[in-house]
Amino acid sequence: MTLQLHQVTKNFGEHTAVNNLTLSIPEGEMFGMLGANGAGKTTTFRMIIGLLDPTNGTIRWRNAPLSYKNSTSLGYLPEERGLYPKLRVVEQLLYLGRLRGLKKQEIIAEMRVWLERFDIRSYENVKVEELSKGNQQKIQFIAAVLHKPELLILDEPFSGLDPVNVEMLKKAVHDLKQSGTTIIFSSHRMEHVEELCEHLAILHSGKPVVHGNINDIKSSFGKQNIRLKTDFDCRFLENIDGVMKYEEKAGDVWLQVTKDYVAKEVFAALQGKGFVRHFALEEPTLEEIFIEKVGMAYA
Amino acid sequence: MRNFLVVMGHTYLMKVKSKAFITTTLITILFLFLFLNIDRVFGVFDASDPANSTEQHVVVQANEAHYAIAEEQAEEKLLMVVPTGDAEKGEQQVLDGEADGLLILTEASDGSLEAEYKATSTPDNHERMELTTWVDQIHSKHMLEEAGVGEDFQQLISAGIELDFSSLQQDAAEHSTAEERSQTTFLVYILLFVIYFSVIFLGNMVSMEVATEKSSRVMEILISSVSPEKQMFGKIAGIALLGLTQFALIFLIGASSMAGRFQEISTMTGTEMDGGEELFGAGTVSLSLIGYAFLFFVLGFLLYATLSAMLGSIISRIEDVGQATGPLNMVVIAGFVLAVFGLNAPNSLIVTIASFVPFFAPMLMFLRIGMTNVPFWELALSIGILIGTIALFAWIGARVYRNGVLMYGKFRLLQDIKRALNMYK
Repeated sequence: MTLQLHQVTKNFGEHTAVNNLTLSIPEGEMFGMLGANGAGKTTTFRMIIGLLDPTNGTIRWRNAPLSYKNSTSLGYLPEERGLYPKLRVVEQLLYLGRLRGLKKQEIIAEMRVWLERFDIRSYENVKVEELSKGNQQKIQFIAAVLHKPELLILDEPFSGLDPVNVEMLKKAVHDLKQSGTTIIFSSHRMEHVEELCEHLAILHSGKPVVHGNINDIKSSFGKQNIRLKTDFDCRFLENIDGVMKYEEKAGDVWLQVTKDYVAKEVFAALQGKGFVRHFALEEPTLEEIFIEKVGMAYA
Repeated sequence: MRNFLVVMGHTYLMKVKSKAFITTTLITILFLFLFLNIDRVFGVFDASDPANSTEQHVVVQANEAHYAIAEEQAEEKLLMVVPTGDAEKGEQQVLDGEADGLLILTEASDGSLEAEYKATSTPDNHERMELTTWVDQIHSKHMLEEAGVGEDFQQLISAGIELDFSSLQQDAAEHSTAEERSQTTFLVYILLFVIYFSVIFLGNMVSMEVATEKSSRVMEILISSVSPEKQMFGKIAGIALLGLTQFALIFLIGASSMAGRFQEISTMTGTEMDGGEELFGAGTVSLSLIGYAFLFFVLGFLLYATLSAMLGSIISRIEDVGQATGPLNMVVIAGFVLAVFGLNAPNSLIVTIASFVPFFAPMLMFLRIGMTNVPFWELALSIGILIGTIALFAWIGARVYRNGVLMYGKFRLLQDIKRALNMYK
């Protein structure tokens, strides 16, 4: 476990942004941070990189607190995107790269590799304000990874991008993870987290309502979905113990059941009633887990 | 340290290359050049405009004795005789444009003179003054003659008396002559203006820089790689360098232009004159004065730049820069106004008190050093208070800056500073 947050709390006056948060993020993993707006994701990130001091609790990276001394091994893409509008791409990256301890030649070489990769090689000498939003975001991403950080924090990296660019960036993030970078990223797009992360946490009002390995989370969620297509009316299934929800959508029947054995009971109950065209047991989606957990916390 | 230098270098280079900097520097140099050659500039216009001729053609209507005195005292004025009792002829000459005005001198019953001036248009202030002096002289001369005072005495009276000023303190010799004193006043005034202008101009540049980074949201990336303190002071140092570059350029051009002029004059008049020394009065005095100006510029800049950076860090939009730095600019302006007032009364209590107030000290203590003899302990105390205040505001500023850069929203000066300080806890 390389990054550890231990009972971290952050108060802004009366308001508690992060409440007693304990998280462990394994080295070399990709960690997803989910949460509604205002859940405390950005505040948590800012505390991890040391922009804010926690009111209580400790944050340690490889058993030592993070500070400006190791800022060269840290990469950060803030949620609020911003670059110097009047500077050329190369001037921009030279400045930001130097602040991360790189030399001019290293920056130029690395920058060209990334510009090439993102298909924007010709923008090296273009002013940032002349770039499209998506391309500005790519430049920011390059600024965050130029110095090959060991810990990379991406706050909503894919928001505001078209699908092609999302794929391009996802691939880049995936490759960085393959090369050993520990990555934390936040999103409210569940499918991105589901696709990229082994570990995740769902924050609500500064507290983790769910936290751990994605498969464990899904299996311990305790609910599964059954998708059903039959030639007969199967409303009677509602009465089986352990069936939580019965829904008919576009000719399909959706059941939500609590445990595996309930699914077996449902399957057994169907025997002899008629022709079953489709029966499938499906894992809960992250979205369902999110809505359920965060929705519950609201109630 | 490395990051501090990176921030400083970046700030300096980006600004020095900017069109705004190049334009303002060129304009300033142009103004300076015009200012230093102002007499020639006027000369060009004057030469082609006969109305600006300083000569006045005045016809005098007086008896012969009075006319003789008037002519004697007239110096450069060209006079025409108009016999007594022929006022109409004189007036006609004025109306015909042959003369600028008609002076009528008559003797009153008590033996004194009465004077009246008639012209087609009201004379301007300068002409009025000249005429008044002239008539005064005529009157004095007339009265002295009436009283039977001899020619020798009359000359002694008109020569006047020169009051010699000297100080009992030894190092005060520098201001002994009136000429040197006015030179010093002029130099102090120029340097005061330089301090005032640069503190406002560069201070605002600092807050603009910070606000720009904040509003473009590049700030969060910056402070994730370099501490806000280093960033803030790196930026202040970069802009200080920029200011010094500008002054060096202006100073070089100003000095070389002046030196060139003095050479020209000395070749014209055939006298030996060293440009620099003449320009700066008694050499060493002025050099130490320029040294003090530099010291107080640096201290004043540090104080105001720190505050400007702090203010820049709590606003979210560039439009709010004016609102945030307004009060600060007012303080600088108040200091400058006080200093300009103090030029005429450098020993007044208010100037003395203000020279210890850190916000005014850069201008007022400098003024006192230039114009009076400040005991060393007073100077040291004032500079000490100033440095202490800078350190205090740097400390507070760095804290506000650190959190201010993460705050966005509507701008409310005091609440925002409080909020930023609270966030630190």
